[in-house]
Amino acid sequence: MPDAGGRLAVRKTYKLYVGGAFPRSESGRSYEVTDAKGRFLANAALASRKDVRDAVVAARKAFPGWAGRTAYNRGQILYRIAEMLEGRRDQFVSEISAAEGLSARKAEPYVDAAIDRWVWYAGWADKIAQVHGNANPVAGPFFNLSSPEPTGVVGIVAPQKGPLLGLVSVLAPAIVTGNTAVVLASEQHPLPAITLAEVLATSDLPGGVVNVLTGRPAETAPWLASHMDVNAIDLAGVDNPALAADLERAAAENLKRVIRPAPTPDWRADPGAGRLTAFLETKTVWHPKGA
Amino acid sequence: MAFEYAPAPESASIVDIRASYGLFINGEFVDSADGSPFKTVNPASEQVLAEIAEAGPTDVDRAVAAARAAYQKTWGPMPGAERAKYLYRIARIIQERSRELAVLESIDNGKPIRESRDVDLPLVAAHFFYYAGWADKLEYAGLGPQPRPLGVAAQVIPWNFPLLMLAWKIAPALACGNTVVLKPAETTPLSALAFAEICQQADLPPGVVNIVTGAGATGQALVEHQDVDKVAFTGSTDVGRAIARSVAGSRKKVTLELGGKAANVVFDDAALDQAVEGIVNGIFFNQGHVCCAGSRLLVQESGYDELLAKLKRRMSLLRVGDPLDKNTDIGAINSSAQLERIRTLSQIGESEGAARWTAPCPLPERGYWFAPTLFTGVSQAHRIAREEIFGPVLSVLTFRTPAEAVEKANNTPYGLSAGVWTEKGSRILWMADRLRAGVIWANTFNKFDPTSPFGGYKESGYGREGGRHGLEAYLA
Repeated sequence: MPDAGGRLAVRKTYKLYVGGAFPRSESGRSYEVTDAKGRFLANAALASRKDVRDAVVAARKAFPGWAGRTAYNRGQILYRIAEMLEGRRDQFVSEISAAEGLSARKAEPYVDAAIDRWVWYAGWADKIAQVHGNANPVAGPFFNLSSPEPTGVVGIVAPQKGPLLGLVSVLAPAIVTGNTAVVLASEQHPLPAITLAEVLATSDLPGGVVNVLTGRPAETAPWLASHMDVNAIDLAGVDNPALAADLERAAAENLKRVIRPAPTPDWRADPGAGRLTAFLETKTVWHPKGA
Repeated sequence: MAFEYAPAPESASIVDIRASYGLFINGEFVDSADGSPFKTVNPASEQVLAEIAEAGPTDVDRAVAAARAAYQKTWGPMPGAERAKYLYRIARIIQERSRELAVLESIDNGKPIRESRDVDLPLVAAHFFYYAGWADKLEYAGLGPQPRPLGVAAQVIPWNFPLLMLAWKIAPALACGNTVVLKPAETTPLSALAFAEICQQADLPPGVVNIVTGAGATGQALVEHQDVDKVAFTGSTDVGRAIARSVAGSRKKVTLELGGKAANVVFDDAALDQAVEGIVNGIFFNQGHVCCAGSRLLVQESGYDELLAKLKRRMSLLRVGDPLDKNTDIGAINSSAQLERIRTLSQIGESEGAARWTAPCPLPERGYWFAPTLFTGVSQAHRIAREEIFGPVLSVLTFRTPAEAVEKANNTPYGLSAGVWTEKGSRILWMADRLRAGVIWANTFNKFDPTSPFGGYKESGYGREGGRHGLEAYLA
């Protein structure tokens, strides 16, 4: 359909985001994404088991480098994501309006909150070790220090509602501490997640730190939950309690750290530090003191 | 040269073991409603020590109900300062009775009295002291502005450090305002039952601590009980996995402290004599029945010959025998089943091509014993390099560069602990950053303290015990 000026718009192809690139699903499949009134918006990639596995490989490969960055550098990059998102504010407002059937005025606070959330978590990068670490006064001549370290590769089933703010609220706390992530985007509203991937790709975030798959979580989440090279999983977007329990059982095979879905999450509320610490390990180092 | 030692046995007369024990529910010892009693034996003599009640589902139900009632009526509403005083009382009574408890622990578990007396019991008392002080300071712990207890904690502990694992579980749970139902291991129930008496002596309100004895079925009934809010388990990774599955979809908060296959990395610039002591302590402490045991020795090739010679010489001096003898370094293997597992895996080590060397030491005729053993020529693919043996068996591998040491050390699904021996400070910190394990001992090994968080990465479980971090497991 021509725009008002008579020009035919150049539409975007929505693909996956894996290892810093935007491939189609290896399965060649796609599915129709519609707006709140059921009108066609785009064909999104319908990710497969193989895409999940490729994404985990990319996330694992990126993990040592990302975890090894200084906390200051990770904070800088998260802040850069906020800057890039701010520059695309109008685009996200219109995408979210279309997806959720909101007026622009109602969508704006969610986009603003998502931008601010990146800023909030960016600041945590070089503070979490001070807040969550500890010098331990052991009863002996030993240096004894506990520090948080990232858990590893985190699988995230993004919230089905809140395609931007919900996604940012579960993604930012996972990666700011040095984890890498494989995200299964909202099934019904996947497009903002892929547009967010474009933001991530232009924010100096190394490829593979965040990988975004669109499609049907009921199909892909079991592969993510049972993958032996995934260390943790956030089930925020699993609305079906029976599926959530199945995924938690599958996650037990390699003792993944699990965040269970909350009944009615309010993504605008103060997020607290819980999602940061859920995917952190505490390492305690001992060394004798002596002359 | 080997010194001759005259036996120096600690007297067993300090302990008074009853012929039979009931369950400790709601502040008193009661008979089991639906379990069949079992026997606990002294692994050093194979003699039956006592008959122990087995808690069946009805008993577990009663214990959880007692814990729930105590949580709602007494312990939950009690001011933290009062909870603290109960815990201090318990700590003091443990100190007063520490020799008796150490002897009891050695008799039921098989560990040398030197360890139960000098390591286990002091740490048990210290743990209660440490967490007692937290009970009225929880809002300062940095875990949120209004920390709240979870409710009823189901706790299942192993047989390797019976009373110490009880302390690690019960002290933080009670400090945070929870009540507990604890199941000790079926081969080592006696010190937990002695602890029940200590709760009585301390006038701890009924139902705050409940002890249900039994084997796996009792533990399963407990962790799967609908009315527990928290599950804490220390034991094997396989059982940990089963627990993680069984709580799926529930509201229960879980912490798991599971198996390990720790690398103990020795560089050629290490202080070798100290490193040898650390290696021996790392794998032979408590007969190697230690989840964080340094069971994979990684030696830099350039220092290999010298280190191995010193290590074998030191191992030859280890004394295996009567746990109550104060000269004993290595006591009895805890059970015939565990001895069988150690033997089987050692056989597999040989059949897979590793070279076995066993310290020349006499073993007593009765009881369960295994001489300190090391395997050389071990590859990363060998089962003795991958599986937790949980016995006095050390696998020796080599490396050339620090990067290779890191690669090999982390090549395991476990991540509980690791050791590093080098005189170069920057290398210690570089290694400590890269080893994926919850506890890194540098130029030391197997050190524990109530203020110091302990727990694993990866399949060694999740959550921390000890320190400020240990509170998190018992607070919402």
